[in-house]
Amino acid sequence: MAINWKGIYVPKGAEQHVAADTPAAKDSIRKAREFGATSTKGRVLVWVRLVSQAFFLFLFLYLLVNTEYVPEFGDGMAVAGENGDAGISLDQPVNIFLSIDPLVGLSTAIAAHSLFKGLVWCLLLAIPTILIGRFFCGWICPFGTLHHWISGFMPSIKGGKRIKRNRLQPYMRLKFYILVGFLVAALFTTVQIGLLDPICLMVRSVGLAIIPALNYAATEGLNLLALTNIEIFQRAADGGHTVRAAVLTQDQAVYNGAWFIGVMFIGLLLMNRYITRLWCRMLCPLGALLGVFSRFSIFGMRKDHEKCTGCNLCLLNCQGAAEPQGGVEWHAAECHLCFNCEGACPEDVIHFKFFPRRSDVAVGTEMERRTFLMATGAGAVMLPLSRASSGFWENSNPKLIRPPGSVKEDDFLERCIKCGECMKVCPTNFLHPAAFEAGLEGLWTPVAIARVGYCEHSCTLCGSVCPTGAIQPIVEDQKYGKNGHEVIKLGTAFYNRGRCLPWAMDVPCIVCEEWCPTSPKAIWVEEVEVHKEREEGGEVIKLQRPHVDPERCIGCGACEYSCPVKDDPAVYITNIGESREPDNQLLLKVIPQY
Amino acid sequence: MAKAGEITSPYKGDDINRRDFMKVAAGGLVAGGAFTAGGVALYDRENRIVTQKGKGMVRDYRVPDDPKYPEVVQLQGSDPVQTLTRALEAMGGIRRFVEPGDRVAIKPNIGWDRAPKHAANTNPVLVAAMVELCLKAGAEEVVVTDASCNDANRAYNRSGIGQAAYNAGARVLLPRKDRFREMVLAGRMLDKWPVYTPLVFADKIINMAICKHHNLTNGLTAVMKNWYGILGGQRNLLHQDIHTSIYDLTNFMRPTLAVLDAFRVLTRNGPQGGSFSDTAIKNVLVVGTDQVAMDSIAADILGLDPRTVGYLTMSDGDLGQIDLKKIRFKNLS
Repeated sequence: MAINWKGIYVPKGAEQHVAADTPAAKDSIRKAREFGATSTKGRVLVWVRLVSQAFFLFLFLYLLVNTEYVPEFGDGMAVAGENGDAGISLDQPVNIFLSIDPLVGLSTAIAAHSLFKGLVWCLLLAIPTILIGRFFCGWICPFGTLHHWISGFMPSIKGGKRIKRNRLQPYMRLKFYILVGFLVAALFTTVQIGLLDPICLMVRSVGLAIIPALNYAATEGLNLLALTNIEIFQRAADGGHTVRAAVLTQDQAVYNGAWFIGVMFIGLLLMNRYITRLWCRMLCPLGALLGVFSRFSIFGMRKDHEKCTGCNLCLLNCQGAAEPQGGVEWHAAECHLCFNCEGACPEDVIHFKFFPRRSDVAVGTEMERRTFLMATGAGAVMLPLSRASSGFWENSNPKLIRPPGSVKEDDFLERCIKCGECMKVCPTNFLHPAAFEAGLEGLWTPVAIARVGYCEHSCTLCGSVCPTGAIQPIVEDQKYGKNGHEVIKLGTAFYNRGRCLPWAMDVPCIVCEEWCPTSPKAIWVEEVEVHKEREEGGEVIKLQRPHVDPERCIGCGACEYSCPVKDDPAVYITNIGESREPDNQLLLKVIPQY
Repeated sequence: MAKAGEITSPYKGDDINRRDFMKVAAGGLVAGGAFTAGGVALYDRENRIVTQKGKGMVRDYRVPDDPKYPEVVQLQGSDPVQTLTRALEAMGGIRRFVEPGDRVAIKPNIGWDRAPKHAANTNPVLVAAMVELCLKAGAEEVVVTDASCNDANRAYNRSGIGQAAYNAGARVLLPRKDRFREMVLAGRMLDKWPVYTPLVFADKIINMAICKHHNLTNGLTAVMKNWYGILGGQRNLLHQDIHTSIYDLTNFMRPTLAVLDAFRVLTRNGPQGGSFSDTAIKNVLVVGTDQVAMDSIAADILGLDPRTVGYLTMSDGDLGQIDLKKIRFKNLS
C-alpha cells in the first residue's frame, strides 16, 4: 500500500492507468509522487479526517465495552445505605451513537407516531447533513471507518480495475431502494431498519459476536499460560485477565446465534477487498438517507475541468464513487466528504467550497420510477405477510419472553431496532437476539433465555440503555411492585414434575425455592414423607416438593436458571401472565373494590 | 512473464523449489517441535490442585489454641464496631490471630443483590471493622471477597460491603471466573471441585457469616454454610445432599476466626429475603473458632433446636461441638 506521508495513494504503475495516454497525465502522477497535492487544505483535511475517524471509532468501542455494569469502589464514594440505594446505573451515555442516528429517529417516529426522548439528538446530525452533506459517513460512522481502513489494507484490486470500480455504478442505487422499502414498512408499523442500519449493525455485531469471541480467545489463551507451573507465567495470566476484563467483558457472555451475526459482519467487511466500501456505496440505508438529505447541501465540489490532465489519482483514492474527476458532474449523494480527492489532486482541479457551481454538481439519487415503486410495494407487504403468519397473534411462541419494561408486542415491533444494547448490558446474559421466536419480523429483537441467565430482581439496566423506548426506562419499585407500582411480570414459571428431583426421583433439591427472589416467595414447598421402596428394608425420607404460586411469580426465570436439571429444566418460564400484554393472561383477576 | 511451455506457480513472487521447501519444512518442524516440547514441559494440569492422600483434605489456617481464652464468645450490642472490638479482646486480641505481614482473606456473605436492611448479606459495618482491625494488627493485605449467587457486580455494591471494605483499606476482589481453580477437597461427597482461589491462598482466613433462615437445612444458614461461597462449578447439585456438602466444606476450611453477624437476622424467606418484614433485630455477635458451636448458637437465635439440623449433628464431636458446655464458651451479653 503506497500511501505516502502526504496521505495520497499513488500506486506503482499508476502511469499505466491514466484516462488519456498523454504526457501531461503522466507528468501529473510524477508530480504527485514527488510533491503531493497542490491543495494544502486538501492534504490537511485528509489528516484531520483520519484523526476524527480514529476518535469516533475509539469512542464507539469505548462506550460499547462500557455497556456493562461494573461497580467501582474508590475514594470518597458513598456506601450503599440501609435501603440499598446503591445507584446501580451506567455512568456514561452508552447509546449516543444510536440516539444521533436520524434513521433510527425517523423510522421509529414513522412507526410509533412519536419520537422517543433521546432521539431528538438525531437533529444534531440531520441538520448539518442537510447543510453540508454526508460528512457522517467519512468522518464519524464507526462502521464506515472500519470499511475505509480495511479497503486501504491490501486491496485485491489495483490500478485500472480499481479506477473502473470507483466510478459511479448503477448497483449503488440499491441502498436507496432499501431505504424506501424500510421506511414504507415503518409506515405500516414494523421497524426493520435495524437489520442494516450501520450503528445498529455495529453495536449488535461487535457487542454480541466480536467482543465475546475475542474474550473467549483471550480467556483460553491466558488459561493456557496459567496452566504452566511457572509463577511468572501465572502472574502474567492474572494480569492479562485484568486487562481482558477491562477491554473486553468481565465474564464470558454467549449469545443466541452470535456466529451468524459475526459471519455477516466479517463478510461485509471483507467485501472491501473487491470493491472499496461496497457496503457504504450499495447497502447502507443510513448512507442513503443522508444522501437524500444532502440534496440541498450548500457545500460541495468545484472543479477546474480545464486543468484536469486525467491522471485518475482522485478516482484511485475515492471512497464513495462520487465522480470526483474532471469532465463530469460530482454526485453529492454519494460523496462521504473524505477529501481524499482534493488531497490527491496534483493539478489543483478539485476544491471543496461553500456554494459550488451548479454545473459541477449532480444532486439526487437517480432512482428509477419502476424500481422505486417495487421497493415501496416490498415494504408494504412486509407487515401484512408477517402478521398473516401464525406465530404472532395465534400460536405464538411461549418462549417469546421480553425484557422487563417492554411495551406490548405490536408496540414493541414499532420501536425495537434490534441494536442489542439491552443484551450487551444485561448483567446475567438473560437477553439474547431472537432467531424466529417473534417471527421473521422479530429477528434479533431481544428475547430472554432463562437457561443462560435470569432477570435480576432489582435490575433496570436494559430499559435505561434502550434508545427507542421499546423497553421503557423503569424504576426498581416497578420490578418489586412496591410503593403504588404495579409489578412487572415477564411470564410465569411451571414445573415439569416428571423431571423434578423431589417430584419424580425423591431426591431433595429446591434450589429454585432458594433462588426465588420475591418476598413472600412465589415458590413454596410442601413437606412430604416418602417411603423409599427401592431400597431393601425401605426407608422413610422427608422431602420438600416445590409449587409455584402464579400470582406471586414474576417470571424472572431465577428458578429455571438455577435448576440443576441442566439440559431440559424441571422448572421453566413461559410468557403467559406477562404484565405488558393484557391479552396474554392466565389468572382471572377479581377487581379489588368488589 | 512466463515463457511459452513453462509451468508457472500459482503463487505470487518467486517459484518455490525443493530446497527452499525442505528448508521451510525443517524450520517449521523444529519450531513446532520446540513449541510442543515446551508446552509439555510447562503443562501441569495438577497445578494448584492441592492433593493430600488419605483422609479428607484440610486447609488449616488456625492459630495454636490457648486455654487462657474462650473458644467462642457471645456478646450483645447494637454497635458492630464496638461489639467486635470487645469480642476480640475477650478472645485475646486480634494480634493473637493476625500477625504482621500476613495476607488476610475475609469471606463475608455477599451472596445476594440485597440491601443491608434485608439481612441477606453480612453487615458491611462489621466487615469494615474487621478489615481495620486486621490492618492495625499489621496485616500486609486484607482481601474481601465472595463468590456471589446473584450478579456479583450488583451484590457487592448493594450490600454496601464493596465500598465499606474499600474505605477500610481492603482490596475488594470480584469473583471473576478465572479466579477459580479445580482442587481436590477429598471429602465424603465433594471430591474435585472448582475453588475460589483468593479464599484459599492466604495466610489467614476469616469467615464472616450472617445468621439466616434457609428452607432446606431445617431452617438455618450461618457460619458453616457460608463456605458455599468458596465453590464454583455446578453448585446447585449440592442441594441433593446439603448436609454432607456443608460437612465437607467445614472440614476443608478451618478458618483462623469465624464471626457470626446476628445484629439483624433473616427469619423467613431465606436465604435472600427481600422484605424488611422478613428480618428481626437481635443485636447479637458471636466470635470464635468452633464453627459447629457457633451454628448451634445461630440455631438458637432463630428458635431452632440445633440437633434437628442435619449438618450440625453430622459434625458434632468431629468438627466441633453442638453442646456449648463442652467447649470454652463465654457469654458476655
